Amino acid sequence: MRVIGVPRRRVDARAKVTGQTRFADDIVLPRMAYCKLLRSPHPHARIRKIDSSRATAHPGVYLVLSGKDLPIEYGILPVSEDEQALCVDHVRHVGDPVAAVIAREELTAFEALGLIDVEYEMLTTISDPEEALATPAPRIHDYGEEGNIHKRVSLEFGDVEQGFADADEVFEDTFFYQGNTHLPIEQHASVAIKDPEGKLTIWSSTQTPHYLHRALAKVLRMLPGHIRVIATPNGGGFGGKSDPFNHEIVVAKAALLLDRPVKICLTREEVFYCHRGRHPVLMKFKTGVKKDGTITGMHLQTLIDGGAYGSYGVASTFYTGALQTTTYHIPRYKFQGCRTFTNKPPCGPKRGHGTVQPRFGQEVQLDKIAEKLSIDPADLRLRIAESSNAVTANFFRLSVVNLSECIRRVVKNSDWKEKFRKLPEGRGVGLACSAYLTGAGLPIYWNKMPHSGVHIKFDRGGGVAVFCGATEIGQGSDDVLAGIVAEVLGLDTFDIRLYTGDTDLGPVDLGSYSSRVTIMAGNAALQAAERGRAIIAEAVAERLAIPKERLRFADKRVFDSAAPEKGVTFGEAVRLAEARFGTIGTMGSYTPPKSPALYKGGGVGPSPTYSYTAAVVEVIVNPATGWITVPKIWIAHDIGCALNPTLVRGQVEGSVYMGLGEALMEEQEFRRLPKKLSHALVHKFPSMLEYKSPTSLDMPEVMTELIEEPDPRGPFGAKEVGQGPLLPIMPAVANAVYDAVGVRIDEVPITPEKIMKALAEKKASREPRFGPSHFPHVDWPEALRVPPPWEGGDGNAVNDVPRPSKPKPEKEKVLSS
Amino acid sequence: MMRLPLFDFRAPRTLEEAARILDGEGTQAMPLAGGTDLLPNMKRRQQVPKTLMSLRYIEELNHIRMEHSGSRLGACVTLADIAANMHFRNGLTALAQAASLVATPHIRNMATLGGNLCLDTRCNYYDQNYEWRKAIDFCLKKDGDTCWVAPGSPKCMAVSSTDTAPALIALGGRVRLVSRTGEREVLLADLYNNDGLDYIKRKPNEILAEVLVDSRHGWKSTYWKLRRRGSFDFPVLSVAAAARISESGVIEDVRIVIGSAASRPLVAVDAATFLVGRTLNTDSIAEAAVLAARIAKPLDNTDFDMSWRKKVTGEFVTFALRELQGDDVRSERESFMRTRSL
Amino acid sequence: MISITLPTESQKSAHIRLRLNGEETDVSFAPYKTLLEVLREDLGHTGTKHGCELGECGACAVLVEGKPVLSCLLLALECDKKSVLTVEGLGTDGKLHPLQDAFADLGAAQCGYCTPAILVTAKALLDQNPNPSRDQIREALSGNLCRCTGYQQIFEAVEAAIVKIAGERND
Repeated sequence: MRVIGVPRRRVDARAKVTGQTRFADDIVLPRMAYCKLLRSPHPHARIRKIDSSRATAHPGVYLVLSGKDLPIEYGILPVSEDEQALCVDHVRHVGDPVAAVIAREELTAFEALGLIDVEYEMLTTISDPEEALATPAPRIHDYGEEGNIHKRVSLEFGDVEQGFADADEVFEDTFFYQGNTHLPIEQHASVAIKDPEGKLTIWSSTQTPHYLHRALAKVLRMLPGHIRVIATPNGGGFGGKSDPFNHEIVVAKAALLLDRPVKICLTREEVFYCHRGRHPVLMKFKTGVKKDGTITGMHLQTLIDGGAYGSYGVASTFYTGALQTTTYHIPRYKFQGCRTFTNKPPCGPKRGHGTVQPRFGQEVQLDKIAEKLSIDPADLRLRIAESSNAVTANFFRLSVVNLSECIRRVVKNSDWKEKFRKLPEGRGVGLACSAYLTGAGLPIYWNKMPHSGVHIKFDRGGGVAVFCGATEIGQGSDDVLAGIVAEVLGLDTFDIRLYTGDTDLGPVDLGSYSSRVTIMAGNAALQAAERGRAIIAEAVAERLAIPKERLRFADKRVFDSAAPEKGVTFGEAVRLAEARFGTIGTMGSYTPPKSPALYKGGGVGPSPTYSYTAAVVEVIVNPATGWITVPKIWIAHDIGCALNPTLVRGQVEGSVYMGLGEALMEEQEFRRLPKKLSHALVHKFPSMLEYKSPTSLDMPEVMTELIEEPDPRGPFGAKEVGQGPLLPIMPAVANAVYDAVGVRIDEVPITPEKIMKALAEKKASREPRFGPSHFPHVDWPEALRVPPPWEGGDGNAVNDVPRPSKPKPEKEKVLSS
Repeated sequence: MMRLPLFDFRAPRTLEEAARILDGEGTQAMPLAGGTDLLPNMKRRQQVPKTLMSLRYIEELNHIRMEHSGSRLGACVTLADIAANMHFRNGLTALAQAASLVATPHIRNMATLGGNLCLDTRCNYYDQNYEWRKAIDFCLKKDGDTCWVAPGSPKCMAVSSTDTAPALIALGGRVRLVSRTGEREVLLADLYNNDGLDYIKRKPNEILAEVLVDSRHGWKSTYWKLRRRGSFDFPVLSVAAAARISESGVIEDVRIVIGSAASRPLVAVDAATFLVGRTLNTDSIAEAAVLAARIAKPLDNTDFDMSWRKKVTGEFVTFALRELQGDDVRSERESFMRTRSL
Repeated sequence: MISITLPTESQKSAHIRLRLNGEETDVSFAPYKTLLEVLREDLGHTGTKHGCELGECGACAVLVEGKPVLSCLLLALECDKKSVLTVEGLGTDGKLHPLQDAFADLGAAQCGYCTPAILVTAKALLDQNPNPSRDQIREALSGNLCRCTGYQQIFEAVEAAIVKIAGERND
């Protein structure tokens, strides 16, 4: 292969290093107006009255919008369409938008916000899930399970109590994972126009143009065919630009009303209010093991702080329990999850969506188990690692699993055997592993159509244009498409033109989320390219009078592999084909394989294949202050095939970076003022300065190794890399802290203060630990009982109400992200 | 994009002209030096001066004069210039270290010494956008009447967050304040009030024109800064220490200053008194650390837990004194500062 | 209690001349604007980005008189007669600067949003010190947040550019 597997310059690199990549806020159009949103200063209130007359009259103001102008509810999941572009009568968190000003200058729009008079009636504020459980009224939303519980799930795969009865030891641990946010350096921005034909075009920094397209059609009551969404390259996404957002809908509406371009670019503070970041999750793990480390059963409970809206929350809830079974063999598994509404910006999908928090708990608990059983934590994991082609207790079909190889590599590279429990006091190493989806097996709304489509147009000049809805968010999706097409057609990636992220030009791709682009858009591109190659080969074979099987596409030529000098240029080949068959264009599409998980909720977690990662983190902890530094990290990732190793390494290192930020310092924290003095519940620090993203001085050296055994499900064998490598970092840090100073930090982030508190406990001969100790009572529903495959289960629950014979449209199904 | 509010702009060429402008405009005008503190505050509408008076064009504020008797630094000398100036390695190390640890390289290229000494006090309830502050009904420092850090407090508890002031106080620095009617020299240790609102004794019509430091030949000094990350962050605790130690190891003179633990830098008088006449050893350092840490009263309005910051105060004093004693504390320094430079 | 005063005269205009990427450039703009806003909005140089406008991310870095500064905290009014270098001015004669080449080849730009600021900052470093150590590179770039890369490929790209520049100098 000449392109695939070769470290190379990404196809969009030149634009990025010359500053020519056109991000949404770089778009400037004639007569463009600026939009600013007025946001609620109250965490929970009814809107009594909005008077915008003073703002409307202000010089330079073109338009003021409020909730009544855009009342239709929308939301990323059909089961939780609970957002309004501008709140009509109910604000649910500080920062919820209530009105919009569109003006000639951005400064004017900002100033006119102060001229809108809003009367609020305060409502009781709910700041965390425990409070939500205890406060059924007032309800933040009038849908969901009951009170302020948004979603409750209970699933049991085999008799978990029997699992505990079979165990030699049973471990119970409680963990807390604090919320954090994506913090893309690019603030969300959108520009909308009413185009000359009267239709709507919007450029937006979105990861999911197709879902934005759907939301716009719904809220604006327009034919989807009259709306064009162009996802501009995202200046970082990480999941934070995957929902349709209120500001996108507002500028679209304003552009239609004003018949002039309207732009919005959020301030950093507003980006914190969009949030959709990591859910804070309280977790309780009960795990039974045999003396040799074999797991006999696991019961996981999660209590999830959802924030003020649904977002991806139903999927997030399932994700906090879905992937525990995909790393280690768990014969009996029970999962109960509960997501509550709170008066804070909504949580959603951040890199590793929903799986990061329980992965932390599971990997730290395994470290405790290993110690108790006197087994090296690496050896323990090698004993229980899942194997290729297994079907898990919850009916996820695994493909190639190279977890064990990942573990062996990091053990070797880090000199683990010489370090673990052997370094001097204050220094330690920790190990952890993970698995992650390579694309969600089901779309967000129920349908049987492909998840990704690619159209390739062959020009008689030899040009190849690739059209696809896939969205470039920095991860390199354009390069994946170009690389695959170039490899198949024997071209250079720079010979290929890409038209991506545009709902008008390309076939639908569901978006850049759930690590799905490489496998889904990649497979679609592979199919389209192979179809094109077959057409061209037919014509060239005819001209060269050789069997088409002997043809080779390489070095921008199509030639006889038996006599390479005999052949034509690629351009000539296209002309031959066009003369023979007419204009050449091919299509490819991809739909994931059917999942055997047929039970309700089984839509979250299936994936064509899973990536695996193992990491070793070394830490230095100052015992007098708890100050923690990380000098080095070793990581191995089971990638299947690295389509462009330069970009794959970048994704691994970037994941490590983001994971380390979460592990040590990043927090989406809120502050409630003394209740008798104030109603306030605010984000503690909605700023880049106080939301601590590690700098170049805080980042350790990272040693990356890629494990490449091609996975038959992936294009050229490739699996995901954008999210999985983040997961082991936090637990590996926690385990390393224990190795260094003998205290358990069962909470993320792992800060010097917490280490000091645990060290004080240790000194006082109490449990050397910092973390939560209690899990509140939740009224769990009766568990859906699904017998695992080895107990003869067929993937259905045995106690579920029968499904309606015909699936109801959209709202019926819980789907994934 | 966050936008500045409107303002009138003045750019005097001489100190005299500048003093005249400030005198005429009163509190409505604010001097603008590097802008790295004032402009963010203006964008957040914490400070909304009617007039911005640039100091950038006043030649005499840009000098560094090093003489036998001491140094004179113009207020508009940038922190990068100080950090890069090798003359500050001898005796004045603490100043060079403090300057080199402010914010980021970019900000140090812009921010000035005078600006860092006049830095507005900081607080998590105050350094926020207008909309955020509205959500808490504002605070005592700006537009409100409650100090949310300590709701019973009659006084604003915002934190002195300058790096260079503790260092310069330890070095016995002075500032020259110039107004239309005259000028005065103030010992830096006397420049600040322990009040987050009224934190500096510079009058609105005065320009902080120059910093003066007597020769510290024979002295050693050091600066330790606590913050979450290796750059960007303001100090949430700092310790500056300077000492003259005789050849036999006896401390002849010493100053220890705790920064970012109150609304002004705190001089650890008891610790210094205790140390003079003694030699630095494990016991004396431990005792001095206890005495110095006692005065630090961090509150819950910066990054990190306040009781932990208090705990680290003693550790930092220990590191600083050990360093002056000649111990090798480079690994601790590198670990906390996350940098090998200086 | 409202602390925002509404403008009385919002369209006053200021004028400066600067040397932008080597070219004498005149520009008129609203006087409250920072260099960042004038570059992006009044001069059409959108290569320089913004992530906070408060000096907390480094995405807006440009070189003024050869030194990396934050354009979001610099009044355009104060840039009269100054030389300003942005990412648009890095390459010469249609050729990429060695730093740009190395960043493109070695994965130092992922989303590319922080890249322009990091490139000009690295250029200033290499202009001043042609052979910096890894630690010096780390230090010089410590005012530029990158959320994508974890910085490692950025360091490697700067080091590759150092070698390339040294090679060009010897040719």
